[in-house]
Amino acid sequence: MTNKQTTLSKVLRYIRRYWVLLACSILLAAGTVALTLYVPILVGDAIDLIVGPGQVDFAGVRSLLAAIAVLVAVTAVCQWLMNFINNKITFQVVRDIRNEAFQKIQILPLKYLDAHPSGEIISRVIADVDQFADGLLMGFTQLFTGVVTIFGTLLFMLSIRWQIALVVVVLTPLSLFVARFIASQTYSMFRLQSETRGEQTALIDEMVGSQKVVQAFSYQQEALDRFDEINARLEKCSLRATFFSSITNPATRFINSVIYAGVGFTGALACIATAGALDPFTVGELTCFLSYANQYTKPFNEISGVVTELQNALACAGRIFALIEEEPQSPDAPGVLEDVAGRVDLSHVDFSYTPDKELIRDLDLAVRPGQRVAIVGPTGCGKTTVINLLMRFYDVDGGAIRVEGQDIRDITRHSLRRHYGMVLQDTWLRGGTVRENIAMARPQATEEEIVAAAKAAHAHGFILRLPQGYDTIIGEDGGSLSQGQKQLLCIARVMLSLPPMLILDEATSSIDTRTEMRIQSAFAQMMEGRTSFIVAHRLSTIRQADVILVMRDGQIIEQGDHETLLAKDGFYAQLYNSQFEPS
Amino acid sequence: MKKLLIHMRSYKKECVLGPLFKLLEAALELLVPLVMASIIDKGIANADRGYVLRMCLVLVALGTVGLVFSITAQYFAAKAAVGFVGRVKHVLFAHIESLSYAEIDRLGTSTMITRLTSDMNQVQNGVNLALRLLLRSPFVVFGAMVMAFTIDVKAAMTFVVAIPALSVVVFGIMLWCIPLYKRVQSRLDQVLGITRENLTGVRVIRAFCMEDQERARFEEGNQTLTAVQKFVGRISALMNPVTYVIINLAIVALIWIGALQVEAGILTNGLVVALYNYMSQILVELIKLANLIINITKSVACGNRVQAMLEIAPSQSWTKAVPALRSDAPAVELRHAGLRYPGGGQEALTDVTLTVRRGETVGIIGGTGSGKTSLTNLIARFYDATRGEVLVEGVDVRDYPQAALREKIGVVPQRAVLFKGTLRENMRWGKPDASDEEIWAALETAQAKDVAEGKGGLDCPIEQGGRNLSGGQRQRFTIARALVRQPDILILDDSASALDFATDAALRKAIRALPSHPTVFIVSQRASSIQYADQIVVLDDGAVVGLGRHKELLETCQVYQEIYGSQFRQEDR
Repeated sequence: MTNKQTTLSKVLRYIRRYWVLLACSILLAAGTVALTLYVPILVGDAIDLIVGPGQVDFAGVRSLLAAIAVLVAVTAVCQWLMNFINNKITFQVVRDIRNEAFQKIQILPLKYLDAHPSGEIISRVIADVDQFADGLLMGFTQLFTGVVTIFGTLLFMLSIRWQIALVVVVLTPLSLFVARFIASQTYSMFRLQSETRGEQTALIDEMVGSQKVVQAFSYQQEALDRFDEINARLEKCSLRATFFSSITNPATRFINSVIYAGVGFTGALACIATAGALDPFTVGELTCFLSYANQYTKPFNEISGVVTELQNALACAGRIFALIEEEPQSPDAPGVLEDVAGRVDLSHVDFSYTPDKELIRDLDLAVRPGQRVAIVGPTGCGKTTVINLLMRFYDVDGGAIRVEGQDIRDITRHSLRRHYGMVLQDTWLRGGTVRENIAMARPQATEEEIVAAAKAAHAHGFILRLPQGYDTIIGEDGGSLSQGQKQLLCIARVMLSLPPMLILDEATSSIDTRTEMRIQSAFAQMMEGRTSFIVAHRLSTIRQADVILVMRDGQIIEQGDHETLLAKDGFYAQLYNSQFEPS
Repeated sequence: MKKLLIHMRSYKKECVLGPLFKLLEAALELLVPLVMASIIDKGIANADRGYVLRMCLVLVALGTVGLVFSITAQYFAAKAAVGFVGRVKHVLFAHIESLSYAEIDRLGTSTMITRLTSDMNQVQNGVNLALRLLLRSPFVVFGAMVMAFTIDVKAAMTFVVAIPALSVVVFGIMLWCIPLYKRVQSRLDQVLGITRENLTGVRVIRAFCMEDQERARFEEGNQTLTAVQKFVGRISALMNPVTYVIINLAIVALIWIGALQVEAGILTNGLVVALYNYMSQILVELIKLANLIINITKSVACGNRVQAMLEIAPSQSWTKAVPALRSDAPAVELRHAGLRYPGGGQEALTDVTLTVRRGETVGIIGGTGSGKTSLTNLIARFYDATRGEVLVEGVDVRDYPQAALREKIGVVPQRAVLFKGTLRENMRWGKPDASDEEIWAALETAQAKDVAEGKGGLDCPIEQGGRNLSGGQRQRFTIARALVRQPDILILDDSASALDFATDAALRKAIRALPSHPTVFIVSQRASSIQYADQIVVLDDGAVVGLGRHKELLETCQVYQEIYGSQFRQEDR
């Protein structure tokens, strides 16, 4: 409960920026409701002036009708303005929240982003915010007016004739009760339905998703049998859920007609009883009552819907705020890294992703400018982790990493990262043209520079074969390009900016060995005079490294160049020779 | 959508009775204002309390009968909708199962899954609503007008004006908004795209220091989204006020005309009230109708997509007749075979001629996209050769019944997929009646015995897609699955890529030692995996550029030399 309240107060904080609009909206809503309720009274009055032949007060009717027309026009304007303002508040609040959430994503530590599936974060920024917007808008437009309508109607009815108003007040909860009852009874049916549906979707997902395997093993008939079995069950429970829940409307409609009859009966009796009295209950008032009785139950049904919607919206808002309030990465120190030749020192570095599982212990490494450092080892030994630390995607737990003698925690992240060029195993391209993707880091690059970079990466040839060459739009995350082609574009991207230090994390793993050979020369050229860190599992690609670090379980167990390590006949030699075992 | 309705045939009765009962209920509802009018005109005017009571009981009776009618209608509607969709789903699933690889590639699995799930749900919802309400709302609207005409023609003219005016506004605003909502959706997709890009590419974005640029890009996208949302909001905000004005002006006119008619003695006070009540009913029903039409339009669109999928004919046809096999023929023979994928420009495989004797091991090597997988696809007839012919045991693959051909062949696809269930169930995909001994034997050959034992034996649960296994474990299980059926031909399509070199070697040794001596095709990028094969096919850009043994190819085939050289250096050996 307190949780909900804090979420609510946070929501209100966003809305407060628009408090003038909000105040207008509330005033307009109150006005709209009052006027809407007043019109039936005037209609009733007019009907009372139409008694029978020769008993029609035309002047009175005319002025009443004129009044109605004016009020209706005013109501409509109020209502439109109210809707307009509600829209504005809602969508602007939502825009503010989205912007804030996105800004947060940019400064969240990678620790958070790596630990949370991107789908989950996306659904917070997109779906949750959307749901929240819907709830907010509905809350504004329906909850408030609904409540005002209920009380307004009650007030008007009581002021006209409280005895008949009582009939409405007593009978109305019946309709709510019936709706609740049906909803609670059908809840388990719906749950069964959605469970069965989930089961079916899972089967479809598997069988259709791996259709080729299904066919290769001639599993079609079994698949269909399994599908039919679930389908039959789904049909049964779906029919129950659909049918029983669809009783709600007829049932509440029935209750309403009972209320209508009740008002008609008591009203007509009141008309008869008070005929000729000082304060008669007139036919016009009865008409007015009947239309109130029709209206009165509507907001009740709406409100119960709105309340669930609002609760849902609050839950969504809670999830968004959790993201927005997540602790950001530590702020940048003011230092700026300049004049980088490429000296990197790691001293006594300790690191682990989770406190209970130590990964890197007391890692020491001194890299001279221009050296080529290769990191090899079995999967999970911490190769990529070293890269994460070098780029300061993660901060070390103990020890320090220094570039040109400066602790990388004492300088801004940007100034550190600008000096690295990075090609990763999982290629990442953005929706846009090939040219935009290559020039990502240097949008001002000239055409010649872009083409030169593409040529150096052996990407020029296939780019020209694309439908629109460098202007070909590639979909989000590379779209139709092959893995190897994507990788070549990523390499071209780094070729274009060529910073003093390079990081190649399994950069050629998705390129076949022949193509790789061809771009090796480009790589060699690129690495010339630059400090490079190369992570690879294909040992052929790292033979020329100045230093090879052999890692195992977070520690460097061997260090040296290819020949030395082979001569040592240790873990590296074992890894290397396993490539050539004859069968 | 029309052709789908064939499956509605067995629900004809429900389709008639559902709407019929709905109409009966609506007709009863239309009587209510008339009863109320007579309460006013007879009961109140004559101070007849008994009459008032009787008439009010009539109102309750109308409500009760209406309730029964409409529950009956709901039942028939639900039954028809659910049953209809169940049938269509069955047909659609069976149809998708029958599609060949070419269609699967073209349609994409996510499309097929959407058709079977959310599209079908939408159709069910639409059919249900249509049966319940599509006739009811227009009936109430026009019924109200007809009733008005029976009361007084002159007063009824206000309905004649009001109904079209309301319809124009309600439907006009809806029609105006629908494309705008689509625009909102596409803007939202853009914002989603930027968010996703920033999450998947977070390392690159941070490495290139592009955070601020990205923030600006997002805010721009977000702003355009907000602008469209506000614009749509402003238009749909018109609906309530405008309809409110129209309906109330109609009421003003109605009362004025009513006053004149009452003065002239044509109408009574109670009948004016009845007319007023009819007018109030119209608006609610029209809005319901408009919403209903949107819903039904969506459902019809979904139905059309489903129907379009059903109309896709599988591009391969299979014979039923079992061919006479020739025991002396080679296991596999390709004669000038070529393959052009549907929609693909160039041939993926050009003029391949290859003869493989029984029990031979064939290595297929080449760069990415060189046609290695395409070649194996022809053997199992996952795709039809667009040129030349493919023979298995001397018979053209097109002359085999589907099951007969596929039973001969064990395929281990590149992507190792397992299914939810136990390990045993997964292994039995290869052979439904395989005994535990057979399965264990296959697991042993596939170097997966240790893994299986480590996981707790054949009853160990496998999650969907085999998520609870590592890549290497999955690959070994998929190899075992293919071995369980003891195929005559075994195709390993780059299926040992996640295995270390030693396991890979042991696997090849075990397969070679199989007593059934299957013909084996090994597709690989690693020269080490295929260098001891009886024949090596070197592919480059879909063409065979080398065919022979390792030693010969090293001397004669430049591509093979390059591949080998890129993985082994002469000086190392």
